[in-house]
Amino acid sequence: MVTPLLAATTVDALTFAVAAAIVLSGAIGVVVARNPVHSALMLVMTLFGVAVLFVEQQANFLAAVQVIVYAGAIVVLFLFVIMFLGVDREESLEKEPLRAQRPLAVGLMALGLAGLLLMGFGAHWAVGARSVAGASQGQSGGDVAALGRSVFTTYLFAFEVTSALLVIAVVGAVVLARRPGGVLGAGETDPEAEPFDPDADIEAEAAGDIEAEAAGEEVSS
Amino acid sequence: MSLSGAWYLGLAAVVFSIGALGLLVRRNVLVMFMCVELMLNAANLTFVTFSRMLDDIGGQALVFFTLVVAAAEVVVGLGIVVAIFRRRRNATADDFHIMRG
Repeated sequence: MVTPLLAATTVDALTFAVAAAIVLSGAIGVVVARNPVHSALMLVMTLFGVAVLFVEQQANFLAAVQVIVYAGAIVVLFLFVIMFLGVDREESLEKEPLRAQRPLAVGLMALGLAGLLLMGFGAHWAVGARSVAGASQGQSGGDVAALGRSVFTTYLFAFEVTSALLVIAVVGAVVLARRPGGVLGAGETDPEAEPFDPDADIEAEAAGDIEAEAAGEEVSS
Repeated sequence: MSLSGAWYLGLAAVVFSIGALGLLVRRNVLVMFMCVELMLNAANLTFVTFSRMLDDIGGQALVFFTLVVAAAEVVVGLGIVVAIFRRRRNATADDFHIMRG
């Protein structure tokens, strides 16, 4: 597998090497970082590396979308939830309640990776016809125009269904995250039942004073 | 001319395996979600690579849809995490047994 690397230009090989190093170190960082905030930042690194690999393969629009949607929106959402819940304390990775889980997981990963690589490099590939859904290269307007034509003609129905999916996801998130209005069972706690309000006592006192004054006036009159 | 697609596919396989390992090993639900994102990204990279190798725009269109589904999945998943955290004050995978029907 050395020949293809040498066949490409040095700049391309160098770009791939740097991007691959960024992607791999970021991916490992996500798994081994103790602090969830560090995991999220490592995820951003991986996503940027993948975006570079997209640009390398003439998928410019997807690289932009990757940075905007993934690194911009999704990771910010992750960080928001981490901060909102306050779970950004460090997690001890040494403690493992299930003793067999970690070796088993590593074994499974090694097995899966070996299978994937064997499939990729060992077997003879049988691929179908080329450019079934339309050519991606050499189109007028570049990959943006080709992708737009494809999404709004061939995949129009899937695109419309996607909008329904997004609406359902938004409604589901609102229903899930809203404060439960029902009665709490025994032993359950609702941390937001009495939100901390520094002005609440002052207001209550003021209201009490007014009521007391009113009562006093009634008595005196 | 870019590198042979095999390099990209090998890298995607490795990233996918790291994501799967993290999903199996970590106990923090948010980190597990990030590992799912890693696996989705590895699949996206594979799609784009095949799109280039076969000169077919369909792979890139699929990545487009994967992005949307990933965003929806994260929104609903984090909503569940917030709802569970409200009751249990914790966010490890062990706390999710209260979802048992």
